[in-house]
Amino acid sequence: MFDLFSGSWIIVALPFAAFAAIGLFLHRWPKAAAYTSILAMALSTLWSILIAIQVFTAAPGQVFTAAVRWLEMPGLRVDMGILIDPLSAVMLLVVTIVALLVQIYSLGYMEGDPGLSSYFAYHSIFAGSMLGLVLSSNFGQVFVFWELVGLCSYLLIGFWFGRDSAKEAAKKAFITNRVGDFGFLLGILALAVLFGNLDYQHLAMRLTDYHNLAVLLPIALLLFAGPVGKSAQFPLHVWLPDAMEGPTPVSALIHAATMVAAGVYLLARAFFIFSAVPQAMYLIAVVGGFTALFAASIALVQIDIKRILAYSTLSQLGYMVMAMGIGAMTAGMFHLMTHAFFKSLLFLGAGSVIHAMHGEQDIWKMGRLSAKMPVTTWTFVIGALALAGIPPLSGFWSKDEILLGAFSRGHLFLYGLGSLVAFMTAFYMFRLIFVAFFGSGTKGSHAHESPPVMTWPLLILALLSVVAGFVGSPLLGNVFGKYINAPGAAHHEMNIAIMVVSSLLAAGGIFLAWLIYQKEVISHLELKQRFASVYEILYHKYYIDELYARLVAVFIDGSARVLEWVDLKIVNGLVNGLAYFTGWSGKQLSYTENGQVQTYALYLFGGVLVILVGAVLAVYYTVLA
Amino acid sequence: MQSFHILTVTLMAPLLGAVLIMLTPRNNEKLIRYIAAISTFISLILSLVVFFGYDHSVKGMQFVESVPWVGDLGVNFALGVDGISIPLLLLTNLIGFSAVYASWHTEERVQEFFSLLLLLIAGVMGTFLATDLFIFFLFYEVVVVPIYILVIVFGSSKRVTKEYAGMKLTIYLLIGSAFLLVGLIALFVKAQAMLGYPSMDIATLATVQYPVEFQVLVFVLMALGFGTLLSMFPFHAWSPDGYAGAPTAVSMIHAGVLKKIGGYGLIRIGIFILPAGAKLVAPVIAVLAIANVVYAAFVTLNQKDLKYIVGYSSVSHMGYVLIGIAALNLISLNGAVMMMFAHGVMSALFFAMIGNLYHKSHTRNVADFGGLAHQMPRLAFGLMLAGLASLGLPGLVNFVGEFTIFVGAFNEYRVLTVIAVSGIVLTAVYILRTLGDVLFGPRKAEWDHLQDLRGVEMVPLIVLGLAIIIGGVLPFTVMDLINGGMGQLLASTNLIQVGGSL
Repeated sequence: MFDLFSGSWIIVALPFAAFAAIGLFLHRWPKAAAYTSILAMALSTLWSILIAIQVFTAAPGQVFTAAVRWLEMPGLRVDMGILIDPLSAVMLLVVTIVALLVQIYSLGYMEGDPGLSSYFAYHSIFAGSMLGLVLSSNFGQVFVFWELVGLCSYLLIGFWFGRDSAKEAAKKAFITNRVGDFGFLLGILALAVLFGNLDYQHLAMRLTDYHNLAVLLPIALLLFAGPVGKSAQFPLHVWLPDAMEGPTPVSALIHAATMVAAGVYLLARAFFIFSAVPQAMYLIAVVGGFTALFAASIALVQIDIKRILAYSTLSQLGYMVMAMGIGAMTAGMFHLMTHAFFKSLLFLGAGSVIHAMHGEQDIWKMGRLSAKMPVTTWTFVIGALALAGIPPLSGFWSKDEILLGAFSRGHLFLYGLGSLVAFMTAFYMFRLIFVAFFGSGTKGSHAHESPPVMTWPLLILALLSVVAGFVGSPLLGNVFGKYINAPGAAHHEMNIAIMVVSSLLAAGGIFLAWLIYQKEVISHLELKQRFASVYEILYHKYYIDELYARLVAVFIDGSARVLEWVDLKIVNGLVNGLAYFTGWSGKQLSYTENGQVQTYALYLFGGVLVILVGAVLAVYYTVLA
Repeated sequence: MQSFHILTVTLMAPLLGAVLIMLTPRNNEKLIRYIAAISTFISLILSLVVFFGYDHSVKGMQFVESVPWVGDLGVNFALGVDGISIPLLLLTNLIGFSAVYASWHTEERVQEFFSLLLLLIAGVMGTFLATDLFIFFLFYEVVVVPIYILVIVFGSSKRVTKEYAGMKLTIYLLIGSAFLLVGLIALFVKAQAMLGYPSMDIATLATVQYPVEFQVLVFVLMALGFGTLLSMFPFHAWSPDGYAGAPTAVSMIHAGVLKKIGGYGLIRIGIFILPAGAKLVAPVIAVLAIANVVYAAFVTLNQKDLKYIVGYSSVSHMGYVLIGIAALNLISLNGAVMMMFAHGVMSALFFAMIGNLYHKSHTRNVADFGGLAHQMPRLAFGLMLAGLASLGLPGLVNFVGEFTIFVGAFNEYRVLTVIAVSGIVLTAVYILRTLGDVLFGPRKAEWDHLQDLRGVEMVPLIVLGLAIIIGGVLPFTVMDLINGGMGQLLASTNLIQVGGSL
């Protein structure tokens, strides 16, 4: 058994090896590159499954760690380590399974793309970095991989680099994340300086008898800045919708299922820090809750299939963050897992549609896809039902756990907010489905079902979206919560009333969408006109992108212009002025060297006179003193 | 080891190469290039031997050689290396070797170009090898001559003329060295009075307990001299213009290693010999360092010319080195040396790629480019690698330096370090904007004729790229060396006992 664990670095190393192999040798053979990447991923997946089996058959609470020295000096140590406990085991499963399915799906989706080798190379390095992040044993290591997954995200968003929009989106993603990482890094620095050690387990031990809130509060808030960027929470959410410029499988893997969930994972991993600071927890809950509502409201009116899903991802990430903030760490991680399955399913389904529609992403230009693309349609519907939280699909159980947590911890406002978001989620998802798959548009009738290499991953993910929730459901005794929990996070007994209310809200959302977009009992055009101003604000995402662009133009670029002027005119100006003055005074003084002996004699006389007067004065003062 | 004077040979190989080149018929350009390549290759290999051959268990100066030179002044031709100088020695030769290949296609006055280049490389290397103050200063002065000629003869004129750039560069260097000279003479005279015999040996000078006022005065002189070399605000004005005017190889060597003599001198001579002076002056340097980081980063944001972008960016990154030095603890100083190494390979790669592009396209204006990754994927890779290293991406060597500096500096200067860390955001902004505008976006037909890197043009990318990646993935390879050397240096100064906490 222990060989399996001590060799687990291979899970991380294999995708990196595939990346190196493609980069160095295989970039001219796209097929070979793709299969190398998939093979490495399959082996990592297999290994992860074996590990997960061990972890979840052993008694809860067992931890395996290993570490090698990476950067060491007196007072600072960063290891490259491995930490396997139930929390990382769940993440291993989620990341490897989704990554493998997405890579297989990409064989069909990306077929014939001239950059196929690079595409798979980037996927490999992403998988390696993400798995390294998941297995990290300390904050230093997590920051390293945290930034590397950010790089992969940058490379894959900008994969079609010939498009200006892709170029801009990639840049925006990286820079926005950097703003969050600025805080994250400061938090890590503070921990390093305070404790001289960044290891999770070591810190957890030290923090049990460290109660200086004045120090812990800023650290917790700074650390939280990392997840705000990576998991795209308000106000750093702006990059995620634009990230949809990347190929759709990338959106499914990185910008829905795995990388964006890293922030939530970090909150769970460092839960011992956050949970020690109630004020920080409250802020986290509020930020998450607000993001959930805010993003859901935008998703109501978007017309681009991927953007609707992107705002939905934002909203669901907000849900998870809110769960962490109210202390329901188990529920947050549970939702992370189920969301990974059904949201990657939805994105891959959307990709299948876009593939069939030759790049069309406007839902109003689709319609009647259900007739031509049965597999895509019905798996998409399953994903949407899971997301909406219809029992007994996976999303129902995990969403219910979060609402239950909020309710039983007395966060009634957040409970109400969460329920409202659940209703909105059901509505916007089925708006999408009724318009794109069952709508009266005719363009969709030219579509065709995608090849099996794309539909099989859809079917597997659909299956997971249905069943994954049972591991955390009261029906199976909440196995998930037995393994994944935090000290002090009490479990709550199931509450039938909450289940019924949330199911009814979800059903209500679907019903309303059906009335408006399928039966057209209520005209959506009329609604749009009547609430034109609200519609405009939502459609333009509350004008936040415009606001940020303006702030950057005024403050960042404005300062840049001012300071460049200072540099050229003042700092350089002084130097040039000094040089000019030297030249000028040389020229003036050169008039004194006119070659006439009389002039020189005059200087000599003057000099002697000055010396004499000086000497006399000196003697006079010395005598006087 | 003692029978083979490895450091002397490492140092002399480029000098010998320069002499051989002068003796070669001037139309035999091929032979001239080969001599340059071989002599720098010998130095590179030997410095790798030193890098791997250094005995970590013993620490201190190794591979030492000493020949009495001017007895009355206590001057010895003394060479030696420890954990601080070895990374910089290696850096010099990595860049020197790459610089020869980066200027492979130089066509005018090939003989003069390569012999001056080799002289420059040897001069820079000498400063890192010298354990004698006089020899250190001698080599420092040696670099001024080739730099000046290389810039005004082989440089390029864009925003400023190459004559202006060359003169500005040289005058700044000379003014800096004038401050230094005064400081060094003061040190020597004072030490002679206190020791009773003349000595120029740096380690001997460091044993002298100079009065605190004297230390402050001399350290200020050194901070001015070395600070100017390290482009410390507000003495940085030479740097962007100088790099822009200089030919590619000179930009590489200047930004890559010559600048680092400033940081190296501040540590090896400033802190080592004058700990009390360092301690009292350090807060001022820390404040100027922040000005470097933030001010220069903002100015970079508004630059349009690729060389100016890297030039100002390098001023900004020297702020990290400066605050690492100013924090005066083991961690921060380790970080500062690591950062010097990292910035060296990164900026040299940047300049090599820009030089290659400029050679082919005759422009360095960002707005002229766009979508170059279509035509030049290898060059795009090189620029991306340098750019990502520059913005401190983990896994590449600069991150190690920055992270270590931040941890060390955060111990001493909380607020200043927080401001310094904001540099990682600003750097990301200007680097990604530049890379995006040059490499990505729609293909431009006007650049379809550009030939991607090939053959010898790949050498700088491979050599420097490997250093960037290996240093970043396996940082202990370099950091253990630095940490050993720095620990030794700090242990033999009484830095800790001096003054209160600042």
